[in-house]
Amino acid sequence: MKMNGIGLHKKLEGNAGLLIFGILFVSAIGGLVQVLPSIFQESLKTPTGTTRPYSAVELAGRDIYIREGCSVCHSQQIRPLLAEVKRYGPYSRAGESVYDRPFLWGSKRTGPDLHRVGGKYSDIWHRLHLVNPRDVVPNSIMPAYPWLTEREANAGSDIHLKMRALKKLGHPYSDEEIEAAPAALEGLTEIDALIAYLQILGAWTKAEDTP
Amino acid sequence: MLDAVEAIEGEHYFDRVVTALVMFSVIWAVLGMAVGVYVAAELIWPTLDFGQPWLSFGRLRPLHTNVVIFGFGVSALMGTAFYSVQRTSHVPLFAPRLAWFCFCAWQIAVLLGGLSLLAGWTSSKEYAELEWPFDIAITIVWVCFAIVFFGTIAKRRIKPIYVSNWFYGGLIIVIAMLHIVNSLAIPVTISKSYSLFAGAPDAIVQWWYGHNAVGFLLTGGFLGMMYYFLPKQADRPIWSYRLSIVAFWAFTYSYIWAGPHHLHYSSIPDWVQSLAVVMSLILLAPSWATMINGIMTVSSASQKLRTDPALKFIVLSLAFYGLATFEGPMMAIKSVNVVSHYTDWTIGHVHSGALGWNALITFGTFYFLVPRLVGTALYSVRLANIHFWMALAGTMLYVLAMWGAGVSQGLLWLSLDEIGELSFSFKDIMASMPPYYALRFVAGLVFLLGAVLMTYNLYMTIRGRRTIHVRPPAVMSHQI
Repeated sequence: MKMNGIGLHKKLEGNAGLLIFGILFVSAIGGLVQVLPSIFQESLKTPTGTTRPYSAVELAGRDIYIREGCSVCHSQQIRPLLAEVKRYGPYSRAGESVYDRPFLWGSKRTGPDLHRVGGKYSDIWHRLHLVNPRDVVPNSIMPAYPWLTEREANAGSDIHLKMRALKKLGHPYSDEEIEAAPAALEGLTEIDALIAYLQILGAWTKAEDTP
Repeated sequence: MLDAVEAIEGEHYFDRVVTALVMFSVIWAVLGMAVGVYVAAELIWPTLDFGQPWLSFGRLRPLHTNVVIFGFGVSALMGTAFYSVQRTSHVPLFAPRLAWFCFCAWQIAVLLGGLSLLAGWTSSKEYAELEWPFDIAITIVWVCFAIVFFGTIAKRRIKPIYVSNWFYGGLIIVIAMLHIVNSLAIPVTISKSYSLFAGAPDAIVQWWYGHNAVGFLLTGGFLGMMYYFLPKQADRPIWSYRLSIVAFWAFTYSYIWAGPHHLHYSSIPDWVQSLAVVMSLILLAPSWATMINGIMTVSSASQKLRTDPALKFIVLSLAFYGLATFEGPMMAIKSVNVVSHYTDWTIGHVHSGALGWNALITFGTFYFLVPRLVGTALYSVRLANIHFWMALAGTMLYVLAMWGAGVSQGLLWLSLDEIGELSFSFKDIMASMPPYYALRFVAGLVFLLGAVLMTYNLYMTIRGRRTIHVRPPAVMSHQI
């Protein structure tokens, strides 16, 4: 058999093992060259400015944000474009997301970006808005989240387990912090925790720090 | 290798599991699309969730995508893979009981997984929302799927492995790789885990997965379906064998690199973004090569298009495949992406692929396959023709509505007035959306009703019948 391209391929398509290996090899190259180096790139794992791990209350709030699928409609990634920076604030930097497991950058803005929403509205505004968005934004199509006011923030009694898991992954929590976590959530409802999370968003980069 | 083998007496293909997978695929299609229509309605009437957490948009939208991709899509792919791998290998399925296990376990995983999403169990990673217990279950089923599929190929009685099997094989192997890496996490409770990756690296891994789930499941897997069922239906061999080889390997190599185009202008490294632009543009070549191969295969049998609704569906799906694989690389160019990113244009693009390509080719395949499985004619060709026009109208209207919505969002967000201030508030831009969203709702409803019509048609075809036994051809294989 003449070993031209087609001849070579005849070998490949006559042998299942070879075909499996071929597919695995060819499809893995992209990941090895492009994805693997990014996973180990130090600059993507170095905190920017005052970026720190989320406190117990903020972490509980973040997990509520995940549970309710807020990231389906709200991005947390401001692009370095003039209009975007004007609308939302300084553009997002990799170092601000180092404690985000998973990342919550989103892919769709049915609502506005939230990466710098912290401090933009008062706690009471957020409370009214989450319970019924149309009370404060008349034409809003955001869902209402009345149940957040009824549930306790640490109803699952798992906050210390969460922080311990994150510590294993390298988040610098002290043992005292983890011990004190259930107490920090004592008496708070889910809406309190979620608002605490929203209010810290973007607070780690000041406008004057940005180029 | 085997030569001069004859079919063993009484031996037949295992098609009952195929019938079961097809039936469940149809059920998931209707359910998943109905959820889609419901969430489309919620974007017009936000109080449709009646204050219930499980009816909230943030939980229903992942349910919609999971049920259509993993319920409808994967059941269809598994069923057609089991059907075609037997016929292209001239042997019955390897380990048919394991095939039944794949069927049962997968349906249970989709059902319970869907319920868990309603309960708020989610990793939030798109198209990988299911939490860690389901990730493990999916991995187990997938390995069994691989054993049945490659086991059948291993005991085949014809030497060459047919091209549809390369694509189905690619689906099985690459999705396994993507799923395992992207799901790596530390479990905290039964319903909660934390990703092994954080921030920017997590984003890169997620879109390596997300883009290639589209690539190897929604594109590659369904190309496997195309390579088997299109030549069968057109009764013509595939137009160019050489082109299939080149397109397959080029596709398998280049798709993987394109993921970071979902992260343009984000805080991931620039070189990763630039590489994704280039590879996305290159991807146009294998995509269109495959489309041309399919269209040319039908071209000499074009008179069949007038009478065979199944073939019409498949040919139209190739047109949408061509459209979506042209639009994708265009949207991956950064200066286009500036406008399209974060907008409903993306949703339109996804649906020109998901409705126009995946759903249409599956519908066409089912209209061809179901009558053959039970050994009868389709109950109503007329209903299938009506479904064809509803599916086409639904897809077109959907895509047009989202183009309108997406392009206006993108341009209005970026618009600055003469003194350099923002021209429009986010609220005002969203306030102009209801007409587009209403059109999208209607389009989705038309598409869903078409699928309901198909369900009725297939039900009437299958009703009271059993899957027939088909024997492998008793032919001498080539000497090696």
